[in-house]
Amino acid sequence: MLQALKLEPEKCTGCLQCEMACSYENEGVFNPAKSRIKVFAFHDEGRFAPYTCTQCDQAWCMHACPVEAIVVNAATGAKEVLESVCVGCKVCTIACPFGTVNYSHDSGKVIKCDLCGGDPWCAKACPTGAITYVASDDTGLERMRAWAQQGLPSAASFAAPTEKAVQTYNRAS
Amino acid sequence: MAWANKVLRVNLSDGTVTDEPLNMDWARQYLGQRGLASKYLVEEIDPKCDPLGPENKLIMTTGPLTGTMASTGGRYSVVCKSPLTGAIACSNSGGYIGAELKNAGWDMVIFEGKSPRPVYLYIENDHAELLDAAAIWGKSAWETDKILHRTHQDPQLRIACVGRSAEAGCFYAGVINDLHRAAGRSGVGTVMAAKNLKALACRGTRGVGNIKDPLRFLQATEEGKRVLRENAVTGQGLPQYGTQVLMNVINEAGAMPTRNMRETQFEGAHSISGEAMHEPRKSDGRPNLTANAACFACTIACGRISTVDKEHYTIQNKPQYWGNSGGLEYEAAWALGSDTGVDDLDALTYANFVCNEDGFDPISFGATVAAAMELYDLGLITQAQTDGIEFKFGSAEALTQAAELVAKGEGFGKDLGLGSKRLCEKYGRPELSMTVKGQEFPAYDPRGIQGMGLAYATANRGACHLRGYTVASEILGIPEKTDPLSTEGKPELVKAFQDATAAFDSSGLCLFTSFAWTLDDVAPQLDAACEGEWSAEKLLEVGERVWNLERQFNLTAGLTSKDDTLPKRLLEEGANVGPAQGKVNELGKMLPHYYEVRGWDSDGVPTSETRQRLGLA
Repeated sequence: MLQALKLEPEKCTGCLQCEMACSYENEGVFNPAKSRIKVFAFHDEGRFAPYTCTQCDQAWCMHACPVEAIVVNAATGAKEVLESVCVGCKVCTIACPFGTVNYSHDSGKVIKCDLCGGDPWCAKACPTGAITYVASDDTGLERMRAWAQQGLPSAASFAAPTEKAVQTYNRAS
Repeated sequence: MAWANKVLRVNLSDGTVTDEPLNMDWARQYLGQRGLASKYLVEEIDPKCDPLGPENKLIMTTGPLTGTMASTGGRYSVVCKSPLTGAIACSNSGGYIGAELKNAGWDMVIFEGKSPRPVYLYIENDHAELLDAAAIWGKSAWETDKILHRTHQDPQLRIACVGRSAEAGCFYAGVINDLHRAAGRSGVGTVMAAKNLKALACRGTRGVGNIKDPLRFLQATEEGKRVLRENAVTGQGLPQYGTQVLMNVINEAGAMPTRNMRETQFEGAHSISGEAMHEPRKSDGRPNLTANAACFACTIACGRISTVDKEHYTIQNKPQYWGNSGGLEYEAAWALGSDTGVDDLDALTYANFVCNEDGFDPISFGATVAAAMELYDLGLITQAQTDGIEFKFGSAEALTQAAELVAKGEGFGKDLGLGSKRLCEKYGRPELSMTVKGQEFPAYDPRGIQGMGLAYATANRGACHLRGYTVASEILGIPEKTDPLSTEGKPELVKAFQDATAAFDSSGLCLFTSFAWTLDDVAPQLDAACEGEWSAEKLLEVGERVWNLERQFNLTAGLTSKDDTLPKRLLEEGANVGPAQGKVNELGKMLPHYYEVRGWDSDGVPTSETRQRLGLA
């Protein structure tokens, strides 16, 4: 079964180990500026969020490429850039709705996540489990479990309704 | 290699910037960061110089592992002669600025002279230039950060700068980077502002690539991360509670300096502890703590991100403080809290925000407020001096108003900006200043932790917990437990901690890894990254060399063994409560033997054999 990167921002501490792992695997240098995965800091909210290519099935970047430099890796499902074919026209960077394909000034080509051929370094480097590589059909499983548990009439939830539940109840009544 | 092999020299007097190769002979002896920059400083300035004059230099420096995947490999230090102590200063900070500087291709930046007008240094990889700072001079560190991001239209720019306290001459102003990380101690920000240098704004996109043995480096750093993950302190305690994990532990040990160190336990400790930061506030139902934040490359993430309740008296109608920002570390919580007798967690968090916003050290600030409160208690300071503030122990209002005054350098804030030593001298009671060499104590009462008394008395930058943290052994049992109330073996213990610490501080790694790592864990990482051979033994020797180099700087600057002492209160007044009740610090039993262990003569001067052994002759 295909696997996908699962990103959980609430676990991210902003250490940038993923960015260094990514840049090292792809460019041979520890350099966040060359990473295909990016961690964004939201200072006022006190949160960090990692973000990278989700490997769309009908990939905008791939369809937009005029020279067919972006191809599917059948084993991983990743959309990979063929450096030798890419002409650096950047149309894919416009086509991608998520901004995860970017132009590299140094090489004159575009760069994007290729799942490291099925062994993504960012996931291995993440110290908090904010980035994991899991079966692509199951990325939502834990979130489903959490919601499912909320509906469960456990002793604890009867004894102490959450603040949010109380507010919701008050609004409703 | 791992070093970028390039130094940026900025002459502020003539406005020139030049690059030069890193002195690799010195790098082999002093490694990087604290050690190597101290070597540059010793070679380039007269230790007797006026710390606030143009002849002092200020060095921002990285270590060889800064900017790499080694856990915590993001540190940088600011090195200069300190205006607070007159001794050598080296203040270490995390966040992202150190790695950014290294990614831009620089090991260190040496600032010399004094600019005729306010300027800031802008670096984009090889390109460096001094730019006019008229738009940011007079602004807080937070406003400066915002304005520079807007001016350069670059959200990824990293910024280190001074706030208004430094411009106003506060003796303990730091250099703030990434909004709430700080090279905080010893007044390094005061020196920066005295040079008319407001900020460093840096963008580096070149990366760190010249690792000696990449495969071995990845294996060694992975192994290091495993050790941190599996250690109870770095794997659980620090991530969960931050450094605030210590508040209740140290209070129980009876080593919690309280109300200007009159007392050794604080009845309000729990209210301001790491545990309390997790508890929902009664007022708005939210806990003080929002999240952990890591510095660059750090897999521990002890950093705290916090909020203050919007309805708290400190921030009503002040929306700039309504969001999240850097929360309380143990040192800030202690100094702002138990040392002033204030147990209002949100008030402390607000005071800490203000310290970050305008760039001054919460340890020295809190301890100076505590000294002022004692002077007020004794009637030596009255409301005539305090701008009408009732400066009583336990007053959260006095604390938070004091922070606002020091931030702007206004009114009584000018007195408080002097630091505890100069303040107590000014009001005629120098013995009430809880300082060594003019620097305020951190959060461990040395009557309850004997080794720390010796560590404070001999620390090269004045009283400091980050120069020889024997608390690890005496309280936490790392690497092995020693009796905190005994002086037995402490000279050797203090020396071992001091030397190892100097090596950690020269590497680019965070000292907090040493809860789990020894130099045996650091050596393989350095050895795989850096040219040359780096064993634990060699690192310990580097540490000892750095320690003696700093000592020699201080001796030449005019400090003597008479400065290796503690305030009378700690040597003569017994602890009032707790396990150490009735005990004083027995420094006199430890100091002479410490000099022997160090290979120093009875005046605390390194002997010629010691200097020769360390290559310092």
